[in-house]
Amino acid sequence: MINSITSFNKGTYKQPNIFGYFGNFGGAYIPEMLHRNVEELATRYIDIMYEEFFQKDYHALLKDYVGRPSPLYFATRLSEKYKTKIYLKREDLNHTGAHKINNAIGQVLLALRLGKKRIIAETGAGQHGVATATVCALKGVECVVYMGVKDIERQAPNVARMKMLGAKVVPATSGSQTLKDATNEAIRDWINNPNDTHYVIGSVVGPHPYPDMVARFQSVISEEMRWQLKEHTGNELPSKIIACVGGGSNAAGAFYHFLDDLSVELIAVEAAGLGVHSGHSAATTQLGKPGILHGSKSLVMQTDDGQIIEPHSISAGLDYPGIGPMHAHLFESGRAKFLSAKDDEALQAAFELTKLEGIIPALESAHALAALKQIHFKPNDITVLCLSGRGDKDLNTYMKVMNVNAE
Amino acid sequence: MNRLETLFKTKDQEIINVYCTAGFPELESTLPVMRSLQQSGADIIELGMPYSDPLADGPVIQSSGSTALRNGMTIAKLFEQLRDFRKEIAIPVILMGYMNPVLQFGFEKFCKTAAAIGVDGLILPDLPEREFETEYRAIIQKHGLDFIFLVTPETSEERVRKLDKLSTGFLYAVSSSSITGKDKDFKAVEKYLQRLQNLKLKNPVLVGFGIKDRQTFQSASKYANGAIIGTAYIQAIESSKNIEATTKLFLESVLK
Repeated sequence: MINSITSFNKGTYKQPNIFGYFGNFGGAYIPEMLHRNVEELATRYIDIMYEEFFQKDYHALLKDYVGRPSPLYFATRLSEKYKTKIYLKREDLNHTGAHKINNAIGQVLLALRLGKKRIIAETGAGQHGVATATVCALKGVECVVYMGVKDIERQAPNVARMKMLGAKVVPATSGSQTLKDATNEAIRDWINNPNDTHYVIGSVVGPHPYPDMVARFQSVISEEMRWQLKEHTGNELPSKIIACVGGGSNAAGAFYHFLDDLSVELIAVEAAGLGVHSGHSAATTQLGKPGILHGSKSLVMQTDDGQIIEPHSISAGLDYPGIGPMHAHLFESGRAKFLSAKDDEALQAAFELTKLEGIIPALESAHALAALKQIHFKPNDITVLCLSGRGDKDLNTYMKVMNVNAE
Repeated sequence: MNRLETLFKTKDQEIINVYCTAGFPELESTLPVMRSLQQSGADIIELGMPYSDPLADGPVIQSSGSTALRNGMTIAKLFEQLRDFRKEIAIPVILMGYMNPVLQFGFEKFCKTAAAIGVDGLILPDLPEREFETEYRAIIQKHGLDFIFLVTPETSEERVRKLDKLSTGFLYAVSSSSITGKDKDFKAVEKYLQRLQNLKLKNPVLVGFGIKDRQTFQSASKYANGAIIGTAYIQAIESSKNIEATTKLFLESVLK
């Protein structure tokens, strides 16, 4: 049953148990000040999401506003290069340029059903902030986005977009002044505004029900992939699915409807930064230990003393010291394989795709592309790679590489 | 009878619990601060264990935690500092912190060590009651530690009763569903505390968040057994040259 939470003790790959656990990971480790809001969400999200009117609104916006279904594109020259068959799931073609909008629309609609008047969000690279600000503009709702001071400096164009869309961008000045601190500040705002505010978390992280709710909103990606694959190849099931993982929302969406098809190999690609063991990395499954961050138990990058480590990746969207509990479970159970790609490998892959297919990918998606070199493909394998976002926001970084190469 | 029980048996009004961050303002300030608090009339010391991502704390306390972490404070270091503190500190001491550092230290080892050196209770605001009941309560009780839950104005009556039942020592009433250190409209707070008082709970109630001076302390003490002061005290000792004198002045301003 897709529209109810399983009562299985340990949950399944797809769905957590009633307490929000995927295997050993998940739950809702929140202070009492958040209890009422989180409990309200946990009690009502399933009912609201699968209401007929809600589904109608949500899917109408996905179709006419976002431009879904996003194409499943057979990448001919990329396939030739890797001597296999590679399809790209083109989330980069969505309105606002990434998969983040699927979840932002769902959560804002849900917040309005809950009677909330004010929306808050955290953002790292700014993609989730832009998506949330966009939906808030569309619905005429007040929007406040928390963003680390360092990210505000790094991602000026997205800050300008959010402001133009009418959102208030609040700098997170505490701690390391990046995504995890923006998340802390957003949670604090929610504590201070317990009655009228909904917090739109951008990834499959946070306390239950967020990981499950965000995965469900993103699952439209794999829902489309099934019938698109059937159209293209005559078979709903691919051999492999590849997606990058920071918190893991595009991977959760791309894996979702294939989680129980065990013949499909699921490959998640983390950001290795300057190298997994360089001290400047975001490869959580390799460096993390079980712990609690932002309200759920998962794998977390931390010191021996349990302080959260600031990760590093060239891609601000993968620059997060944890992964969603669903992914921690997929990792621990072996259902998904976790690879990693370094900053320079991702850059190289971004230029390769641009040259071969005329598509400039986001740096996040470039990590998934970089993993192609590490995977053994058979000629008849059918692989779907989730191209989670477009590279416009990363042009500064790409231009630096071109300037260095030109010298 | 443990220290918290004894305290509430002998005094049930105007209890003052002062929060301080371990290893702040200097790494070795922990004991001098505790000593000054006892000398100046604090009834309970709530010792904060610094964490990189303290969701339930306001900016002043988070910043004191960041300083403490930079000073080199860890749970292991704290236990080392506290090894012999019972030779000089007689008042109840509770540790407040977040689950992640405690889990990394080892939950059982943490409880065992805390109890052995003479700590009386724990506040772990991000430990949910379900996990408390199924996984952690037995360990906490085995080592004879009290465990204190928080309630807020948003907590339903049914849930207040449940959290009161699960708590030992006292119940921590957050005076408004907001972060420590923000100014409060105390009329609304008084109404909420009256509501709690009418529930005739099993535990004494201490009010936290937003208590900063004589007026707010008295106001909170009218309907509860006392209050917890954190942010205002941290601000007072932040740039103090003489912790002992500052603490004395600070507590006088609240109590007298």
